[in-house]
Amino acid sequence: MLLLAQTAPASPSFLSNLDTLLFAVFPYVAMAMFFLITISRYRSHPFTYSSLSTQFIENRQHFWGLVPFHYGVIAVLTGHVVAFAIPRSVLLWNARPLRLYILEVSALIFAVLTLVGLIQSIHRRLTSSKVRTATTPTDWIVLAMLLFQLGSGMYIAVMHRWGSSWFATSVSPYLWSLVRLNPDISTIVPMPAAVKLHIISAFLLIAFFPFTRLVHVLVVPNMYLWRRAQVVRWYRDRRVRSSQ
Amino acid sequence: MDVRAQISMVFHLDKCIGCHTCSIACKNIWTDRKGSEYMWWNNVETKPGTGYPTRWESQQEYKGGWEVVDGKLRLKSTSKAQIIFNIFHNPSLPSMDDYYEPWSYRYADLFNAPESDDQPTARPISMVTGDPIDIKAGPNWDDDLGGSQIYAANDPNLESLSPEVRAQLQAIERLVFFYFPRICNHCLNPACVASCPSGALYKRGEDGVVLIDQKVCRGWRSCVAACPYKKSYFNWSTGKSEKCILCFPRLETGQAPACFHSCVGRIRYLGVMLYDASRIEEVAKTPNEGLADAFRGIVLDPHDPAVIAGARANGIAESMLESAQASPIYQFVKVWKIALAPHLEFRTLPMLFYVPPLLPVMSQLKDGNVTTVNQNFFHDIEQARIPMQFLGNLFGAGHVGKVTYALRKQMAVRMWRRAVTVGDITRDVAERALREADCSPDEAEAIYRMSSLANINERIVIPPSHREEAIEMMADPLVHKQSVGFGFIERPERGT
Ligand code: SF4
Repeated sequence: MLLLAQTAPASPSFLSNLDTLLFAVFPYVAMAMFFLITISRYRSHPFTYSSLSTQFIENRQHFWGLVPFHYGVIAVLTGHVVAFAIPRSVLLWNARPLRLYILEVSALIFAVLTLVGLIQSIHRRLTSSKVRTATTPTDWIVLAMLLFQLGSGMYIAVMHRWGSSWFATSVSPYLWSLVRLNPDISTIVPMPAAVKLHIISAFLLIAFFPFTRLVHVLVVPNMYLWRRAQVVRWYRDRRVRSSQ
Repeated sequence: MDVRAQISMVFHLDKCIGCHTCSIACKNIWTDRKGSEYMWWNNVETKPGTGYPTRWESQQEYKGGWEVVDGKLRLKSTSKAQIIFNIFHNPSLPSMDDYYEPWSYRYADLFNAPESDDQPTARPISMVTGDPIDIKAGPNWDDDLGGSQIYAANDPNLESLSPEVRAQLQAIERLVFFYFPRICNHCLNPACVASCPSGALYKRGEDGVVLIDQKVCRGWRSCVAACPYKKSYFNWSTGKSEKCILCFPRLETGQAPACFHSCVGRIRYLGVMLYDASRIEEVAKTPNEGLADAFRGIVLDPHDPAVIAGARANGIAESMLESAQASPIYQFVKVWKIALAPHLEFRTLPMLFYVPPLLPVMSQLKDGNVTTVNQNFFHDIEQARIPMQFLGNLFGAGHVGKVTYALRKQMAVRMWRRAVTVGDITRDVAERALREADCSPDEAEAIYRMSSLANINERIVIPPSHREEAIEMMADPLVHKQSVGFGFIERPERGT
C-alpha cells in the first residue's frame, strides 16, 4: 500500500485499487482470521473462552449497562442478518411507508438501547475501581470499536435514509457476491463515506474478534434446555471409549 | 436400585475448637492465587452468626437450592428458560460485598518509612485494586460472637423463634455458641451442577466429587447463585467459577484432604457411602417433615448382599466396597443416627453430615457454677441454653426430633462412660439412660471409641481409586488437568 501511495498518489486507479483492497480483499482476510483463529484458539486455549463477567465485583451498575446493551445489540445484528439473508422480503415489507417507518424506528430504538448500554458499561468500567482492575487493554479497544461501529451506524440511519431499503438493494447483493467468492463492489463504491467506513470497521471488528473476549458469543449454551439436570462423568466411559 | 459410591463426610461439632487451621491449610494449597483471595473453600463460622457470605442461609435473599413447585423439583434461582434471559445479568448473584473485599498490608512501609516521631504503620490495601481500603468485614468477622448485636442477632436460623427466646439467647449470662466449619457438601442432587448452562460442572461417577471443568466454564455464574451453601465461587480474575475439589489429588494418592488432615480437633471423618441413585429425585421432593428419614433411606447398607450385588453390577470396585464397609460415615449417619445433614430443606442432599454439639446444650449455670449433671437425664436438653428450635432449623429441616435424638444419645454415651470410668453414676442408671436414648452399651462403646480414640486411619477411610495412574493412560494428563476443577496448561490469566 505504501508503494502504491508513492507511485500513484490519489489517482482514480489508486482509489479503485484501494476500494478493491478494502471491499473485495480485506473481507476475506477478516473472515479467514475470524474462522482460523477462533477455531485454533478454541482448540489450544479453551480456558480463555469466557464471558469474563465482572458482575461479581460490581453488581449495581451492571444491570443498566449489560442488559440494554445485549438486548440492543442482538436486535440490531439480527436486523442486519435478516436484511442480508432475505432482502426481497424486507423490500416487500418496506413497500408501504407506514411499515417502513415502523421498521426504521424500531431499529433506531434498539440502536439507542445498545448505545445507552454501551455508554453505561464504559462509564462503569471507568468509575468502579474494581472493574477497572479487571479490564484489559484489549477490552478498551473492543469498547472503542463497538462505540465507533454503533455511532457510525446510527449516523447513517439518521443521515442516509432509508437504510433498511438500500441495504437490501445495495449492500445485500455485495455481501452475497462475497459469499459466492465473486466480489462485486460496484454497489459499494458510490456509497457515502460514512457507509464505507461502517463496512470497513465492521470487517475490522470481525478480524479482531478472535483476539478478544467477544468470543464468548460463540459458546453461548445451546444444549442446556435439553440436557438432563444432573451431569455425571464416569471414568469408565472414558475407558470404554479409548479401548474402542 | 442404581448403586453408586459417594465419598462423604462427618464433622463432629462438639470437637471443633474454632482454630481455623483447616481454613488456612486449604487457603495455602488452593486459593492463594489472583482472583481467589476472597474464597474460603473451607471456612469456620460461629453459630449463632451470619456466616460467610453474610446470611447465606437465607434463601429468600440468595435464592439458592431447590424448591418443589407443582410436584416438580426446580431451582430457586432460575428456571431452565429463564436462564437465557438471566445470562447477561444474573439477578440472584451475590456480589463481592456479600463476602468481603480481600486485603493485605503494605508491609514495606514499615521498613521504608522515613524517620519520624510516630511509629510507621502498614496500611491495609485491597487485593483486588491494590488501593488502600478501610476494612469493613472479613470472612469470620463475627468469630466467637464478636459484634453479636449485628451478627448473631441476625442469624437466619433464629427467624422462626419467638422474640422471648431470641431475647433470652442474647442475655449475657446465657450467651452460648459453637463452631460450624463448612466445605462443599458434594451433594447428591447438586444445584450448582443442574444450573450450569454450559454443563461445566459434573459429579465424578466413581466417588461423587463435584468438580468444575475449567475448559468448559464460560463464566455465566449460575452455579454461584444456585448453590444454597454458597460454596461455588467466582474468580473475578480468570472469569471462571471455582469450588472445593475435596483435595481429590490427595485422595487419589491415599492422603486425607488438607482440611481433614490438618484438623486440630480431629473432628473430621471421611468415608465411602453407597446410595441408590435412582431415588434421588423422589427423596429430594419429600416434604420437610419426612425429609431426614427419606434421606437416610437413600443410603444403602454396604453389608447387604443385594446391595453388594447391585454395586458389582454397576461396576463399583471391590476395594470401594470394602472401603464402604469400613466407613465411619455409615456408622454415624445410618447406624447410630447421630450425624445430620445441614439445611436438608435446600434439597441438594448434602453428603457432609454434622454431629450436633452437645456441650453448649448441656452446661447450665447453677449458683454461679457450670453444672452438667441432672437427675432427670434429658431434662437439660429441653432446657438447653441454645434453643432446640435453632438447632432444628440448622440440622433438622426445621424439625427438632432428629436433633434431640442425636443429643440424647450423645448424652447417654457420656453417662455410660462416666459410669465406667468415674463411677459417680451407677451402671443401672447409665443403662437406663442408654435405653431411653435408643442405645446399647456396645453401641455406646463404639460411639465413644469413634468420637474420642479413633486414629486417623479409622476416622478417614479413603478408598483406593488408582484413578490418578489410570487417567494417564487414557488422556493427556495436562489436558485432563483442566477438566478437573483446577490446574491449567497456560497461566490462568484473565483472557482478553
Ligand atoms: S481445624 Fe478442626 S478444630 Fe480447628 S476450626 Fe477447623 S474443623 Fe474446627
